[in-house]
Amino acid sequence: MKLNRRHFIGTGAAAAATLKAPAVLADGHGKPRVVVIGGGAGGATAARYLAKDSQGAVDVTLVEPSRTYFTCFFSNLYIGGFKDIDDLGHTYGTLAAKYGINVVHDWAVDVDRDAKTVSLAGGDTLAYDKLILSPGIDFVEGSVDGWSLAAQNAMPHSYKGGSQTELLRAQIEAMPEGGVFAMVAPPNPYRCPPGPYERISMVAHQLKARNPTAKILVADPKPKFSKQGLFEEGWANHYAGMIDVIGEDFGGGNVSVDPAAMTITIDGEETSVDVCNVIPAMKAGRIAEMAGVTDGNWAPVNAVDMSTKVDPDVYVLGDASQQGDMPKSGYSANSQAKVCANAVRGALTDSRVFPAKFSNTCWSLIDTDDGVKVGATYEATDEKIAKVDGFISSTGESADLRKATYEESEGWYAGITADMFS
Amino acid sequence: MKRWRLAAAVVAALHVGAASAETQLLGDPEIGEQLYIKCKSCHQVGAGAKDGIGPHLNGIFGRRAAAHEGFFYSKSMARAGADGLVWTAETLDAYLENPRALVSKTRMSFRGLKDPAERANIMAYLRAFSDNPADLPEAEPTARGTDHDLDPAILAIQGDPAYGEYLSSECLTCHQRDGSAEGIPSITRWPEEDFVIAMHAYKNKLRPHPVMQMMAGRLNNEEIAALAAYFKTLE
Repeated sequence: MKLNRRHFIGTGAAAAATLKAPAVLADGHGKPRVVVIGGGAGGATAARYLAKDSQGAVDVTLVEPSRTYFTCFFSNLYIGGFKDIDDLGHTYGTLAAKYGINVVHDWAVDVDRDAKTVSLAGGDTLAYDKLILSPGIDFVEGSVDGWSLAAQNAMPHSYKGGSQTELLRAQIEAMPEGGVFAMVAPPNPYRCPPGPYERISMVAHQLKARNPTAKILVADPKPKFSKQGLFEEGWANHYAGMIDVIGEDFGGGNVSVDPAAMTITIDGEETSVDVCNVIPAMKAGRIAEMAGVTDGNWAPVNAVDMSTKVDPDVYVLGDASQQGDMPKSGYSANSQAKVCANAVRGALTDSRVFPAKFSNTCWSLIDTDDGVKVGATYEATDEKIAKVDGFISSTGESADLRKATYEESEGWYAGITADMFS
Repeated sequence: MKRWRLAAAVVAALHVGAASAETQLLGDPEIGEQLYIKCKSCHQVGAGAKDGIGPHLNGIFGRRAAAHEGFFYSKSMARAGADGLVWTAETLDAYLENPRALVSKTRMSFRGLKDPAERANIMAYLRAFSDNPADLPEAEPTARGTDHDLDPAILAIQGDPAYGEYLSSECLTCHQRDGSAEGIPSITRWPEEDFVIAMHAYKNKLRPHPVMQMMAGRLNNEEIAALAAYFKTLE
């Protein structure tokens, strides 16, 4: 474990001797301490900006179990064969070396908000003045009849980056000729609103090249979905006859699966499938619930600084937060993290706090050089993060514009990952 | 040639209420022909015109930027074309006034024409060498007067670099801090004036990119100045 001992309270010698149960000092410590849990688009960005901008005035600890973080954003492009898995992997070395962030590769297993401490699976305890939670999503047990996490190898969700992404692509590549790929799409709200539909596009792209008689069957509990007109246009242009989406009006929400038999039953009709991508209903990452800052599935936050409604010293970023109008996306989490970092630094060091401004753009790839995007800007109101202005790609755009949009998405990926990790 | 004066009158009528002279987008083609001396060492026009240092300008009206086959355009111009920039009286007016404000790294080394009447006259001359005069793009009901002619008071605002640094975090989700450009242009180390003019061109929807129109649209004059001040010094 790479844990900087400054974060154990008590003398260095005592802490070293009793790593399992360090004492915690409530007051009189030196620098203010911020613990960030989760090293994705929200957490890595928040830790980086706090450490960079405070120039050593704030002690920042980042808790993230993975040594190499595989982004969930752009994972569909790996499934489509446009990216290698290594293109999506990022490490935390620069955050530690360049900004002095204490990067701890461990699981946070509990938060004591009265004592202001975080417990780690390895047995250590971290004290904080401010706690930033950016744990992403977990799945709602029982939301898809017949599926549970125990079935995620037979029927992958592939909605967290890394091994699940690789598994789904391997299964698609192993499909028999003329086989069936099924997807159970999630109900709102969920991470990356266009994500399931970009994934369908990328699966179709793979199958068109290697298995053109294969079919894609989608059960969707929603009456409509993000960028629907753009995707439907693209599917008609590139993948005519391959994709069958059963929406809410035809019973797309009445679905069950049998991972052992590899069947999916939609509105009473059972189909044998070769690959089944089950994307269940989502909720805030578990540590948010354990910290007691959730209400229902998500953690309500104040728009001005992303602090939770129940505890001004605990902040929640990104997918796990319930903030208002922003979609759950890596871009949103990154945007929220910068507002939060500015506010937290101001609270701890009296640095200037500027007004909250948020933005988001989601690019999706439909086929080679056929990119589309949707985006909006947001502001903080007393009630929520509220949408100010937005745009969406149009149907019928020129091939040049779609290619430029795709190239722009690659630029964004390079930009946001640099903004998180470099 | 009278039809061009008529077109100018139509355009002027569309802008009733906008008092400034530059709303009259097409001027006198005969005066324009004289002014075109400034352009013709690089741009041929008329029968038998060929590409030179710059592309020939026959048929420029209504053409997408960087769409003339056979001419090697700057990446910036190609990108503007891909983003949807089409040459109309409005966009040509903006380009002629300050080429870099509209297309930041254009290879056209021309300081620009500050006098709106001169621009209108040159455009009236050029318009005669484009096809389909009936499709005058500047006569569309959506045609607007130019508003890129920034108030000197806006250009004179001293930006607050500390505020700019905070605001810049929003830019840096896409634009790389180290100035590298991979699918998204570099925005570091620009002269402040160019930065401010470019951002106002997005804010006023003269530049076509929707993300940038949205981002710039919500920034006030002080915030744009703050960003310009910060990015100018970013290493």
